[in-house]
Amino acid sequence: MSFRISAAAEELNPLVPHTSEIIVGFIAFTLLYLVLRSKVVPMFEKAFAARTEAIQGGMEKAEKAQRDAQVALEQYTAQLSDARGEAQKIREEARVQGAAIIEDLRGKAQEEAARITAAATASIEAERQQAITSLRNEVGSLATELASKIVGEALDDQVRQSRIVDRFLDDLEKSK
Amino acid sequence: MRKFAFAESGEGFVPPSTADFNLPPIFGDNEFTTKPIALVLLSVILISVFFIIASRKASVVPSKLQFAGESVYAFVRNGIGQEIIGHEFMRFVPFLFSLFTFIITNNVFGIVPLLQFPSMSHVAFPYVLALISFGVFHYVGIKKHGLGKYLKGIAFMPGVPKAVYILLTPIEIATFFLVRPLTLSLRLFANMFAGHLLLLVFILGGEHMLSGAIGVKLIAPFAFAFGIGMTFFEFMVQCLQAYIFTLLTALFIAGALADEH
Repeated sequence: MSFRISAAAEELNPLVPHTSEIIVGFIAFTLLYLVLRSKVVPMFEKAFAARTEAIQGGMEKAEKAQRDAQVALEQYTAQLSDARGEAQKIREEARVQGAAIIEDLRGKAQEEAARITAAATASIEAERQQAITSLRNEVGSLATELASKIVGEALDDQVRQSRIVDRFLDDLEKSK
Repeated sequence: MRKFAFAESGEGFVPPSTADFNLPPIFGDNEFTTKPIALVLLSVILISVFFIIASRKASVVPSKLQFAGESVYAFVRNGIGQEIIGHEFMRFVPFLFSLFTFIITNNVFGIVPLLQFPSMSHVAFPYVLALISFGVFHYVGIKKHGLGKYLKGIAFMPGVPKAVYILLTPIEIATFFLVRPLTLSLRLFANMFAGHLLLLVFILGGEHMLSGAIGVKLIAPFAFAFGIGMTFFEFMVQCLQAYIFTLLTALFIAGALADEH
């Protein structure tokens, strides 16, 4: 305790610095500064830089992925609209083709119908002619037979017979 | 030692005084073996060892220790350096970082059991730090603007009517060359000094009460309780003062770097 009293007597003004402490303080702080500057700050800065890079790299990667996805989406949308257009075109074509086919078939059918009708008409005409001819012969022979039976006159002669029939028929037509 | 003091001086409480800050040498009769000096050297060792270990294997994903060290570093780097000084801040980060860790460690020594002495309550250390800070910010300003332009910027603040210079010039000169270093050091010193004195009053007062009459003994716990409360308060002040010192230094540097003073 003797020290305390003597110290109190020696210097009581706390604003007066001790020389030893100024020296030590200066050296200590300088030392600390040098250590922290050379050993600690660079290491932390390196870690910070690496971290920033990692985060930025991750973000860039994510951005790239997003961009890629966007591009893909646009591509798909474009393809989809292309496909839609294509389908539309095909449908249109099919419609046109269908109409053409129907038109074609209708034409053909009409043609066929016309042909069949024509054929039928021709065959009817031929048959009529045939019928007329055969009828004429039949009626001729029948009439002749009948007349011969009635008149009792044999009309065997071919020429005469046909002349008579013709005359008869002509008369028949004239009388109509 | 104190008990002996009471025994020697008989009765009566001797209030703690400025003399309590003059501790005897730990060994020998030497100015360099005192407790404050030992504490300052200890702080340098502790800070260096802690941060070297914390940053030695600094990686992207920090360990707990690295995270702790990094938090302090990032606080000074970004919160003080980048925030105040701006784009040139990186040059000053080691300095500000040393300043902050050095002051806060020595301050907190004031409440660490067994150590329990804030080295910054010895005015020599704040003087040294303020002097370094003073030197740094003037050096930075002179280097950036040139001596003449820098001094002119301080003495004749631009954009002020000429007549005002009669008043302003002495104030500005005093501010830059006297008030700044003085307030910087004295603020830190006085806070630590007063804080330590306050703790001494409560703890030693309580101790003294214990040796008093029974009625006085009963009050002693309140004195101790208050002392403990004040210890937490001191912790806040110690951190705050370290922050303020570093912040002001950064502000002065930023001011010296600015194009207009």
